[in-house]
Amino acid sequence: MPRLKIEDLQKIKEKHKADFALREGGYRAKVTVHMGTCGIAAGARNVMTALMDEIAKANRSDVIVTTSGCAGLCAREPLATVEIMNQSPVKYCDLSDEKIREIFKEHILGGNPVEKYALVMGSETTY
Amino acid sequence: MEKFRANLMLCAGTGCVASGTTKVRDALRDEIQKRGLDEEIKIVLTGCNGYCAEGPVLSVYPDEIFYQKLTVEEIPKLVEEHFLKGRPYEKLMFKEPEKKTAIPMMKDIPFFKHQVLRVLRNKGLIDPEKIEEYIARDGYQAAAKALTQMTQEDIIKVIKDSGLRGRGGAGFPTGLKWDFASKVKSDIKYMLCNGDEGDPGAFMDRSVMEADPHSVIEGMIIGARAIGAHHGYIYVRAEYPLAVKRLQLAIDQATEAGLLGNNILDTGFDFKLEIYLGAGAFVCGEETALMRSLEGKRGMPRPRPPFPAHKGLWDKPSVLNNVETLAQIAPIILNGSDWYRSLGTEKSTGTKVFALTGAINNVGLVEVPMGIPLRTIIYDIGGGPKKGRKFKAVQLGGPSGGCIPESLLDIPVTYEDIVATGAIVGSGGMVVMDDNTCMVGTAKFFLEFTADESCGKCTPCRVGTKILLDMLTDITEGRGKEGDMETLEDLGRDIIATSLCGLGQTAPNPVLTTIKYFRDEYESHIKHKWCKAGVCRSLTTFWIDEKMCKGCGACLRGCPSKAIMGEKKKPHKIIQELCVRCRSCYEACKFKSIKILPANFEGDPSELVGVTTETETKKGES
Repeated sequence: MPRLKIEDLQKIKEKHKADFALREGGYRAKVTVHMGTCGIAAGARNVMTALMDEIAKANRSDVIVTTSGCAGLCAREPLATVEIMNQSPVKYCDLSDEKIREIFKEHILGGNPVEKYALVMGSETTY
Repeated sequence: MEKFRANLMLCAGTGCVASGTTKVRDALRDEIQKRGLDEEIKIVLTGCNGYCAEGPVLSVYPDEIFYQKLTVEEIPKLVEEHFLKGRPYEKLMFKEPEKKTAIPMMKDIPFFKHQVLRVLRNKGLIDPEKIEEYIARDGYQAAAKALTQMTQEDIIKVIKDSGLRGRGGAGFPTGLKWDFASKVKSDIKYMLCNGDEGDPGAFMDRSVMEADPHSVIEGMIIGARAIGAHHGYIYVRAEYPLAVKRLQLAIDQATEAGLLGNNILDTGFDFKLEIYLGAGAFVCGEETALMRSLEGKRGMPRPRPPFPAHKGLWDKPSVLNNVETLAQIAPIILNGSDWYRSLGTEKSTGTKVFALTGAINNVGLVEVPMGIPLRTIIYDIGGGPKKGRKFKAVQLGGPSGGCIPESLLDIPVTYEDIVATGAIVGSGGMVVMDDNTCMVGTAKFFLEFTADESCGKCTPCRVGTKILLDMLTDITEGRGKEGDMETLEDLGRDIIATSLCGLGQTAPNPVLTTIKYFRDEYESHIKHKWCKAGVCRSLTTFWIDEKMCKGCGACLRGCPSKAIMGEKKKPHKIIQELCVRCRSCYEACKFKSIKILPANFEGDPSELVGVTTETETKKGES
């Protein structure tokens, strides 16, 4: 590590924000990808990979991703639930690589739920 | 750019490493790779999490799920269930003793729930071997503030106003110590750290040095600036290899980053820091002895005054602070003295770390606000004595401290209240004892330690502790006589009054407090040759109450000297000539049919049956 100046301390803190948002809490949005057997068979892994890729590209530390088991609606997998703090959660269904990327830009970053992919809005929150 | 969806914080403190962290880490890494999750999930090795009894432990973020007692065999299932399928794995979660429901989240587990983390603010949240992670948690911001925005007087005022007192044992106000040293004019001054943690059962400082070494370094930089020192040493015992390794790594990283050495953060301030290894002599935890040892001489205390603030290391003005004290400094500088005083009492402010150990369910490291009742620490955080046994005493302050009985458990933990009991807060070792403990034996144990560790300089300490020990040995072996207790007390007070340093001034405390609170046990040892806890072998006879014995054979199977005979489902009998009084039958019996009688008891044991258990005996005598 090169010699630090005082302003570098803040820069290092910024750089590690993503990891510490996970550990300390305080995130703005949480995406749960349903990864039961049905979800994985229907392609949830690709959805997850695409989502992680988008978050990395956008360099966001305020969005966290978790997995959960079968949501009970196996026919409409892959499913994902997007929860923005203080807003109703939205469940999306029949997802694909492209759809989750669009949802990331429109809903997670833009704040506008993508109604055409949504299964239901206003289901239970998990935070 | 790498981005992870989960961080697995795996404890790599000494306790968990001993329980198998390294193998668990390898298994976890391999399994995560196998499942193709290695780009999504990051494993971080942290310092001591504190819950050593349940190690190896793992905290999963952002879910905040806490797993305990990990084994290599369970890893594949854990990874598949939680990290692949997103179903937290109940089998490895914490369950309260005697309850079956799992508590998934760390913040809900009683052991963690009552704690307030200031010293241990980074415990389990950072990798102690990466300076970036410390900086990411506001690390070195306080040093930057102290070096650029504060004068020496400003720093000393904040620390004084905070009420912070030395956490090594004596509880001397830290700000005052810095003030004395800053006012002395000298070309060279030294800023020193005492990491020579020596109390049996205490491991607070080791944990801080292992889990958050930079917090100690930052505290030292601020202290050095306050008193005007440019050289510092951390004195650590060589028995703490992991702490030494992580401290050295931290010093190297900080030096490379320009946070130690010349012209720190381009502010023009210089501070060089080195580690000095102690050889583990207990007396070297005393400040003047530590300084002699640092000079390369034999570690022996010298009279004060002159105090180290005037003439310390190499006769230069020096400040010596304990590890835990130094780890408190940075947050005080950043948040102010009022913030620090918001916890604790008027004279004992802030938080204190305790090492909770002994006959208690939740062994581990706990940080609590000062002033909370002892009972909260022992029952709510510690979960009470193991196996539902009865609480007898808690030993505070190690060999310098004393034993506090059940009747005083509601006193608040402050420097003043604990001293009033005859014990001391000390460095924070808290050893819990249940009714299986002999208090005379406990006093003897600590005297063995201090008699051995006395440096020999002062006669009262060198000879006095040996005489105390010999008398206690006599009492536990059946040679106690009338008047022994008075002699012990008298001699104890003399040793305290005439010794030079803290070792001798406190060594009699375990004897004095046990006599004060457990006088009946001494009397029973001396007069009746009866160790009612069944610990002193010369003062015990084990006897089976035939009316209560179910003939289950548990005692017979466990007896190492084949001294128990009896047929199945019929009352058993102990052959006294063969009995070695190892207690194994007493521990094995589920029906409480084994009674502890006085030594060489002759006559009809059933006469004593009603008074043979500890609690019943007290009733009988009163």
